[in-house]
Amino acid sequence: MTIVKPGSVVFENVRKSFGSFTAIPDLSLTIEPGTLVTLLGPSGCGKTTTLRMLAGLEHPTSGRILIGGKDVTMLPANARDVSMVFQSYALFPHMTALDNVAYGLESSGLSRRQARAKADDGLKLVGLAGMGERLPAELSGGQQQRVAVARALVLEPQVLLLDEPLSNLDARLRRKVRTDIRELQQRLGFTAVYVTHDQDEALAVSDRIIVMKDGEISQSGTPRQLYEAPASPFIADFMGEANVVACEVVATEGEQTIVRVGGLEHRLQGRNAKPGAAKLAIRPGAITLDADNGTGIKGRVLHSAYLGDHIEYEVETDVGPLFIVDHAVDRGFSPDADVTLGLKNRGVALITA
Amino acid sequence: MMNGNRRLDIVLALGAAALTLVPWYRIEGGFFGFGWLADFPSGAQTAPGLLQIFTHGRTWLVGVLLLFAVGCLARGMCHPMRRGLVLAAAGGLGLLFLAAQGLAIGFAGWTWTISEALFGTLSDGQPSMGAGAALMAQVFVLLFAFGLAERGAMKGDAFIVGAISTLVFLVAVFVFYPIGSMFIGAVQDFDGSFNPTDFVRNLQDPGIWSLGCVLGAEVCGVAWRTLFLAIMTALGSTLLGLAFALVATRTRFPFKKGLRLLTVLPIITPPFVIGLALTLLFGRAGVVTEALSSLFGVEPGRWLYGMTGIWIAQVLSFTPISFLVLIGVVEGVSPSMEEASQTLRADRWRTFRRVSLPLMKPGLANAFLIGFIESMADFGNPLVLGGSHGVLSTEIFFAVVGSQNDPARAAVLAIVLLCFTLSAFLAQRFWLSGKNFATVTGKGDSGAHLALPRGLSIGVHAVVIPWMVFTLVVYGMILVGGFVKTWGLDNSLTLDHYARAFSVGFDNGGIAWTGVAWNSFWTTMEIALISAPLTAIVGLLTAYIIVRQKFAGRNVFEFALMMSFAIPGTVIGVSYIMAFNLPPVEMTGSALILVACFVFRNMPVGVRGGIAAMSQLDKSLDEASLTLRAGSFRTIRKVILPLLRPAINAALVYSFVRAITSISAVIFLVSAEYNMATSYIVGLVENGEYGVAIAYSSMLIVVMITVITGFQLLVGERRLRRENRVAGLSQTSPISVRQEKTA
Repeated sequence: MTIVKPGSVVFENVRKSFGSFTAIPDLSLTIEPGTLVTLLGPSGCGKTTTLRMLAGLEHPTSGRILIGGKDVTMLPANARDVSMVFQSYALFPHMTALDNVAYGLESSGLSRRQARAKADDGLKLVGLAGMGERLPAELSGGQQQRVAVARALVLEPQVLLLDEPLSNLDARLRRKVRTDIRELQQRLGFTAVYVTHDQDEALAVSDRIIVMKDGEISQSGTPRQLYEAPASPFIADFMGEANVVACEVVATEGEQTIVRVGGLEHRLQGRNAKPGAAKLAIRPGAITLDADNGTGIKGRVLHSAYLGDHIEYEVETDVGPLFIVDHAVDRGFSPDADVTLGLKNRGVALITA
Repeated sequence: MMNGNRRLDIVLALGAAALTLVPWYRIEGGFFGFGWLADFPSGAQTAPGLLQIFTHGRTWLVGVLLLFAVGCLARGMCHPMRRGLVLAAAGGLGLLFLAAQGLAIGFAGWTWTISEALFGTLSDGQPSMGAGAALMAQVFVLLFAFGLAERGAMKGDAFIVGAISTLVFLVAVFVFYPIGSMFIGAVQDFDGSFNPTDFVRNLQDPGIWSLGCVLGAEVCGVAWRTLFLAIMTALGSTLLGLAFALVATRTRFPFKKGLRLLTVLPIITPPFVIGLALTLLFGRAGVVTEALSSLFGVEPGRWLYGMTGIWIAQVLSFTPISFLVLIGVVEGVSPSMEEASQTLRADRWRTFRRVSLPLMKPGLANAFLIGFIESMADFGNPLVLGGSHGVLSTEIFFAVVGSQNDPARAAVLAIVLLCFTLSAFLAQRFWLSGKNFATVTGKGDSGAHLALPRGLSIGVHAVVIPWMVFTLVVYGMILVGGFVKTWGLDNSLTLDHYARAFSVGFDNGGIAWTGVAWNSFWTTMEIALISAPLTAIVGLLTAYIIVRQKFAGRNVFEFALMMSFAIPGTVIGVSYIMAFNLPPVEMTGSALILVACFVFRNMPVGVRGGIAAMSQLDKSLDEASLTLRAGSFRTIRKVILPLLRPAINAALVYSFVRAITSISAVIFLVSAEYNMATSYIVGLVENGEYGVAIAYSSMLIVVMITVITGFQLLVGERRLRRENRVAGLSQTSPISVRQEKTA
């Protein structure tokens, strides 16, 4: 199976209201053909509404939506060249796996025989050859999920939409299936828009991540950009946990910026930051712990929890409570111990916004 | 856009056909007799719309032609928004014009004096609308819908907009137009001017409102009597229903299966049969009366004919309904509540009184109101047992068909009855909504229901067992009664009644249906078979729209539909003969009016069943189908309908059976040509031919049991699957839809 021509997606000033509630005030975005883009955000951020508008299941209140350069704003779902994998899979329970996959092909006007032949290929593609005659209820959760993917893919859509496709799978299966989806997308080269609220998933599969909050784009970029250079405290905390603390930019020296945080001076790569007050996002693993000597941020351990390969601490400091992950499990600090904290080079980012 | 053009072309072609190919006006001999083909298209009666305008002087129809032409011209427009606007306007105005000219111009010219004053007199009037006009009305509805769809209504889904518009149109014509014209007719003079004297006189009639019985005189007004009867019946059937439900769920009663079978009885029992059986038991020549008279010398009395008799018959008839409602309520009380109460040191009695019973209260109120509405609407039992003191529903009937022939009085009585039932319906809807504590969740609620306290358990058994025996005896009477020669006088067994009703002879090698019942029997079957699928289609389509589509006025739409539940059959009957007896729509005496009556009376049950079943289907199934390039029509056909099979079967069986058993509306609408089984049986009862009547009734019951069992077997053949959601659906038996029965 080949995707004939992956399509681009453009939203131009799209607004969507439900009655008096505005889910999306003004959204513009562009998705390059052949890429896998993730819409990421907490629940209620508008990511699913965005996806449903792209599918044609909701229509924008105003603005334009283009798929493959063609205006589809007012087109109903069944006239759009996209297909969708639903969170609940939405497999038709009264049809076999094969009939499910063939359904869209028959709707598009293929004869029954052609549709079934092509549907067979689709099932092979997702590794379900020979399972075609089973009813959805006779398939495992992972198999159902793959039928749903096959059903969407056999239509060779310009854009494939995935609405939290892994949320009904158990943790172990989730990792495997997300790898499969990414591998399939890269092999066939289709454009995919992927909605999730799980940042690990987003980081693992995406070419680009668009983080949404309250119907607006907070930040978009590659996984690395978002993780290493979050533009706001929200992004920093949402893309993996982070301690966001106040700091002061002291000076910039060439490629490096010097910041002061709680009596500690730290050098960061890049950025021409203006001197003055700023915020620092510190990953829990980027903080070093030492007994109470030497220079650094002074603190006192509030709680500690042993989790096998690491210990989690909550430490009270001058800059506020810090959450720390320490992999040196041999040496534990008990509550009320005084400690000195330092920062590693990686995992510390300056937030200018 | 291509698609939009194709459907528009089809509708425009239909419109052209309506104007040129079929008679515009009603054909006396019936459209499907095709007698009109002989002098089509030139005859004045049979001419199509176009010729009516130009050769027969019905110049006012030019308005229809012009608005249709506007629709045709809009076909060529390119801008979708503007084209939509023009189409919608042409359709909407066309429909309004069609209705206005139909109402304004009757057989002899203007029907309203004001229009005559404005436009001068007309030389000629017009007959009722016929095939052409009806088709044109549908075309206008669709033009309106397509226009809205092109303007983006319902995400541009023309099928959905078309379905909604058509449904609204049909409900308006067949529910609200008759009720409305009944109201208007009540305050109109013969010449159509406003004259409320008759209305006011009837409204103040002491025969309706007298409080004589309280003040010491003999009888109260019929309104008060009906109200009192309804309250007593509702109380009786609710208490008995609760006792039955408790016995069925909270005791170790050995015949629980049999108890559940009771719930099937009212579906298959024509409404007057209970009254009939009671007369065989307690009437002046009844078995019990005779026995008491010969054993103890008790003087045979006429106590059965009156309120007491009606009350017993109604409690017998409606207890199973209340049982059906309450069994869900009693089972719905979560066992863990009762277990929690026990762990809090409450004994069984205290648990029942303080926890279980309060949780059931909204359900009890609901059962009470259903019983109330049923009793108010009941027509069959009061007709058989009413004697000299009838209730509202029978008074309405006698005001129309009796010697009084006073339509104004019938309308007033109908309005009073409607007010009672609608108040009960509104109470049920607004007061009880959201107060349901019955907690049936998807989660498995482990734990067992608590057994009843000992004293209460003995009490409910003491009520239930005799009543069950009584019910069995009454139904036994129905089956046996058909084989007894003459009740009370000659109790020898005979097959005469069956022979008279259902004899079959062989005549010239063909079968001759010589029995007196065959004519009405086949008519009943025919009408029931036609209306059942129509009811199912209309009901389920409505359910789909209510559950799955969001549109302005959806709640009003649903509410209006459900309200037609609370309209008693007698009121429907009276309003139908008042509305459909004269132009613009004339259907009395035809099979069509019976079919229309059944479809719109039974549709709400299909809607309820459909809503219940469809709410269990995940909405993402529809959406998945849409994103897989299927339109909403294909989605319904391929995904929704197969998953709704049980609900469809239930709707089919229910409407079929209801068409056979209903009497209240039907008795107004039957004609010599189209007589229904129930009204024929009532005629037999009035002539005192109890034997044949009973024989015919038991035959109907047997037919219905056969049909229901047949359908159940069909449902049972469905492919089984493990999917929970669907397994839950497949358990929906036809019986469960019944909860909403109104006579």
